[in-house]
Amino acid sequence: MANLQSLDILRSSASTETPSRIREQPEVAKLIDVSRCIGCKACQAACMEWNDLRPEMEDFTGVYDNPSDLNPSTWTLMRFTEWENEAGNLEWLIRKDGCMHCSDPGCLKACPSPGAIVQYSNGIVDFVSENCIGCGYCVKGCPFNIPRISTADSKAYKCTLCSDRVAVGQAPACAKACPTGAIQFGSKSDMQELAHERIIDLNERGFKQAGLYDPEGVGGTHVMYVLHHADKPQIYANLPDKPHISRLVQLWKGMFKPIALAGLAFTAVAGFFHYVVAGPNEVQPEDEEHGRKALDGKDRA
Amino acid sequence: MTNTWQDIKNANVIVVMGGNAAEAHPCGFKWAIEAKVHNKAKLVVVDPRFTRTASVADLYAPIRPGTDIAFLLGVIRYLLENDAIQHEYVRAFTNASLIVKESYGFTDGLFSGWSTDKQDYDRASWAYDVGEDGFAKSDPTFQHPNCVMNLLKAHVARYTPEMVSRICGTPKDAFLQVCALFASTSAPDKALTSMYALGWTQHSVGSQNVRAMAMVQLLLGNIGVAGGGMNALRGHSNIQGLTDIGLLSNLMPGYLTLGRDFDTSFEEYMKTRLFKPQRAGQTSYWQNYKKFFVSFQKSVYGAAATAENDWAYDYLPKLDVPGYDILRAFDMMHNGKINGYICQGFNPLQSFPNKKKIRAALGKLKFLVVMDPLETETAKFFENHGDKNPSDPSKISTEVFMLPTSCFAEEDGSLTNSSRWIQWHWKAAEPPGEAKPDIAIMSGIYSRMKAMYAKDGGAFPDPILNLTWNYTNPDSPGPDEIAKEINGRALQEVKDASGAVTLRAGQLLDGFAQLRDDGSTACGCWIYSGMWTERGNIMARRDATDPREQGLAPNWAFAWPANRRIMYNRASADANGKPWNPKKPLIAWNGSKWDGIDVPDFAPTSNPSAGVSPFIMNQDGLGRLFTLAALREGPFPEHYEPMESPVLNSLHPKVSANPMTRVFPGDRADFGTVDKFPFVATTYRLTEHFHYWTKHAKINAILQPEEFIEIGEVLAKEKGIANGDWVRLSSQRGFVIVKACVTKRLKPMTVDGKQTHTIGFPIHWGFTGSAKKGFGANTLTPFVGDANTETPEFKAFLVNVEKTNPPVA
Amino acid sequence: MKTPPGSVSRYTTAARINHWITAACLILLALSGMALFHPSLFFLTGLFGGGAYTRAIHPWFGSVLLVSFGILFIRFVRFNLWNSDDNRWMGKIGRVLANDEENVPEVGRYNAGQKLVFWGMTLLILALFGSGIVIWDVYFAKYTLIGQKRIAAVVHSLAAVGIIGIWIVHVYAALWIKGTISAMMRGSVSAGWSWRHHRKWLRETAGRR
Repeated sequence: MANLQSLDILRSSASTETPSRIREQPEVAKLIDVSRCIGCKACQAACMEWNDLRPEMEDFTGVYDNPSDLNPSTWTLMRFTEWENEAGNLEWLIRKDGCMHCSDPGCLKACPSPGAIVQYSNGIVDFVSENCIGCGYCVKGCPFNIPRISTADSKAYKCTLCSDRVAVGQAPACAKACPTGAIQFGSKSDMQELAHERIIDLNERGFKQAGLYDPEGVGGTHVMYVLHHADKPQIYANLPDKPHISRLVQLWKGMFKPIALAGLAFTAVAGFFHYVVAGPNEVQPEDEEHGRKALDGKDRA
Repeated sequence: MTNTWQDIKNANVIVVMGGNAAEAHPCGFKWAIEAKVHNKAKLVVVDPRFTRTASVADLYAPIRPGTDIAFLLGVIRYLLENDAIQHEYVRAFTNASLIVKESYGFTDGLFSGWSTDKQDYDRASWAYDVGEDGFAKSDPTFQHPNCVMNLLKAHVARYTPEMVSRICGTPKDAFLQVCALFASTSAPDKALTSMYALGWTQHSVGSQNVRAMAMVQLLLGNIGVAGGGMNALRGHSNIQGLTDIGLLSNLMPGYLTLGRDFDTSFEEYMKTRLFKPQRAGQTSYWQNYKKFFVSFQKSVYGAAATAENDWAYDYLPKLDVPGYDILRAFDMMHNGKINGYICQGFNPLQSFPNKKKIRAALGKLKFLVVMDPLETETAKFFENHGDKNPSDPSKISTEVFMLPTSCFAEEDGSLTNSSRWIQWHWKAAEPPGEAKPDIAIMSGIYSRMKAMYAKDGGAFPDPILNLTWNYTNPDSPGPDEIAKEINGRALQEVKDASGAVTLRAGQLLDGFAQLRDDGSTACGCWIYSGMWTERGNIMARRDATDPREQGLAPNWAFAWPANRRIMYNRASADANGKPWNPKKPLIAWNGSKWDGIDVPDFAPTSNPSAGVSPFIMNQDGLGRLFTLAALREGPFPEHYEPMESPVLNSLHPKVSANPMTRVFPGDRADFGTVDKFPFVATTYRLTEHFHYWTKHAKINAILQPEEFIEIGEVLAKEKGIANGDWVRLSSQRGFVIVKACVTKRLKPMTVDGKQTHTIGFPIHWGFTGSAKKGFGANTLTPFVGDANTETPEFKAFLVNVEKTNPPVA
Repeated sequence: MKTPPGSVSRYTTAARINHWITAACLILLALSGMALFHPSLFFLTGLFGGGAYTRAIHPWFGSVLLVSFGILFIRFVRFNLWNSDDNRWMGKIGRVLANDEENVPEVGRYNAGQKLVFWGMTLLILALFGSGIVIWDVYFAKYTLIGQKRIAAVVHSLAAVGIIGIWIVHVYAALWIKGTISAMMRGSVSAGWSWRHHRKWLRETAGRR
């Protein structure tokens, strides 16, 4: 995607400058109510159509997940899990996978290219293709395993939360297409309220652990799930239990950067001052004399 | 649908049985979710497979394919046993109290009147005991042993929870939980809606499956009320329109029926269509049959249809058999009795059973004309695609013409949805290439035929030569012109009883109430009358205003009949006209007339005290628990095993399958037995595809690329089949080599003490289109039809499965 | 190049070319790597035709470096084996830094500091190449898991900082110890330089004449 909202930027990757954020947008969120989702893949089709993406047709691999994984042209994917609950009853858990649009986006943190990943003030995390250098650091930064690098152009791709549609007041294509209202879109607070109502309904239907998935570890997300079993998100095709940006990535992209630069600078400066203090180590005339003798084999004589 | 899609949100309990609404009707299914979210509705799914509908259900019960009647009669037994019926409704609005002839009986799987020689019933005993007044006798106290209620009790007594479990394989506790949820809606202000589709109709007992549920709904008082009803979810866009407009061999538009060979005169024809009321004071709306018929004839033959020539009755073809359904047509083709075939918007090589027979039949034709927007398998039946279509083009002499048609978005017109809404649509794009609208192609064929008849005469050219064809462009009539013709108009001045002029000549009709049987009105399809009136194109209305947000939207398009949104809505109020559910009333008697948010299914000024019953299309005015001779295999549904079944009928092993099943003699050799084909198979659709169309669309092909079957983990383990392995699935009629989806969603069931496995086979793949090539499920399915509708039995048959190597490309 | 009179041959032409290819690679790697390491240095990508080119070419520099350094390693490994003198030399490192080498043990071809640079470079290059392969997504993304890639990224950047630090020491030493650069530029050093810094090596060289 291109950067279409240059005045609404909250954060920009690898940037030492303060982004322009003269406009303040309310935080938005997409609420995916897993308990209402029928796995029809209308969201996938709408995503392909709106973004004009056509991933390669794959083989049937024994499951309903098609394509078999997210890829540069598949920004959202229904993941199907057959799970037998404690009572021994089957539950077919269907989760729409895709970018979670974290408040603290690991991809943005990891990205080395200025402005290749931006977070708008409404919370959407967007990849700006013209700035993307294809290094794949976002892949390493993401706690949800979402970005994919295209082999065609070596650029990273993922769900944009239809930032182009949202910018003009439209809901994301997937939310628009969802026939059962399992995907809702609006302000984050409205979505939290809606989730709350749904959770009460699910509690009444016997899902005592129903809850909202808006993980704190990444500062909350702008794509949230209503889960019937919020106590075990991992049963939904390995949705991370307590996602956070990897400590390694935090180390790598956090304090290590200034410390390393400072360390290198210190080394160079230390050399300089050593030179100033100790001075150059120069060959003395007597060294030359000794040297010549030695060279001639006479020094031991 | 008796109700509307939107009305489903008013339900308290939603039963999806005989269908898979979330997958096959995802857009309509939103209303089931709406009911769950905003009406605290419970969703019950009864299905052989744990479907995507089941994934959002509150209760799922497995059932062996083809045993729905046993399940539903078990439900009826439970409701009667536990007194969980809506008494007042049942007494007032159903035929529970009417008395059936003494001669009626049921023994060992057969109803009275069976003739082994004829292999058919004499249905005379399936009738009411008629009193001297000419009306059916009744006993509102239900004391008479032969009143319908008592016959029903006796009939369902055998369907104990144990027997249901033994036949259906449904665990008893799951069955009882389902029963309890059904029963909860017997309260007058509670409603259960039934969402079903081909899962009930594509059986040798398809019609009776639907009837069994209709009986449950009558007992619960759920017909005619908000959030209730029998809701057939139509699979094809406009398939409702297809039946409405009479595109079946024995129908004319508006469910008028074509004459038989023994209806040698119009008088003879009308004798069986008088529909005399069976109870005092009843409407029996079909008494108006002649008005509809004459107006239809005037629409088709205009001035050539006169009182003198019996409204050109003789122009109509007469059937020498009950119907030339597609099974019969292909059987005749196979036997060389049909040798030319115009195949319009239909892909029988994929969608009709026993592909081998269909392919062979097409190969015996002299010519085949295929009109379709897509390159269908049927159009290319002669091509060799290996095992997937083993034709030998050098041995086929059928001449095939492909006439590309426009698709719906490339033309103006109307589509009728499941809710009976006739909605106008507008052309969005020009058809590509040489594609033409179907109307233009048909008109072209007609004009050439007419010219040939005019020139060469022929045995009986009149019906062709006298056909009304008053269109601006005779070679391409406008959809608007045809719509107006179907709506109907006055041919001359029409006056009411007082002599006042109600319609001037040429005026479009407001509705079918204005039809006359004297030739002064013309109407192409009486139930559609009112869709394009002098007020304009009613179908094009897009006003979504919805009183009380009850899902009726009365100013959106046009719903037949008479813009009525909920059929039998009189039954939403009690005998005195007071709504059962005061929170969601449809109509109510306000002291002088019926008033409410829907168009009353009733004479608007008929005082409840007159005792006119709500089911006005029936001669008794009642909802029929006992359906007389309307269906061929019996007045009550009875459990019969599918034609191919792993077990004999537990109730009456000697009459295991439906004795009236549509079977042609030549097909009996193609039935498999459980020793060779030990597993039950069922076919179905997946959300990602629409029949055999969307495999031509890239996005759909991406979303579900390749043919597969679904097989339970237990059976897979027994057979050494891993997820994604290649398997060979075979029936007596052929084999397919496909991939396996090994799943927990299909569990073995205990049927009659034996472990029974069900294998699922989605239907969507063939040898044309964008998706990967496939065999098509109809390679395996039997050439068997429902006893009444001749719908093929796609939902239950026998197969075997083995692990195998990938097919040679 | 012919060794001038009074000079000692220290590096063959091939060795010098080998060294400078390695050096060039290391500098290019450092520049391109640092460009992607810290936003304030991203401007360095301009040297390589922009971010994408920088990302694409960096691992190729690394591959060339690996080969070039490998040859260098084979060339010099035998001179860099650690011995007890090196320990003693290290004990006197303070004297060395103070430009007073009289009382430190006589040094062979390489002193302990140089050996440490050699082995430091060797180990870090291996670490960089190993971790670099893991994060060379264009070709190798599919062979590792994200968790492994994260470890590799951290190892790569740690090692890179380490090797740059060593490089700074290496370069500084060449500037500080006058007469050293000639070894890699012209292949020879003066006898005096050899006497002052690598007396043992000088004697050995003389002995072979």
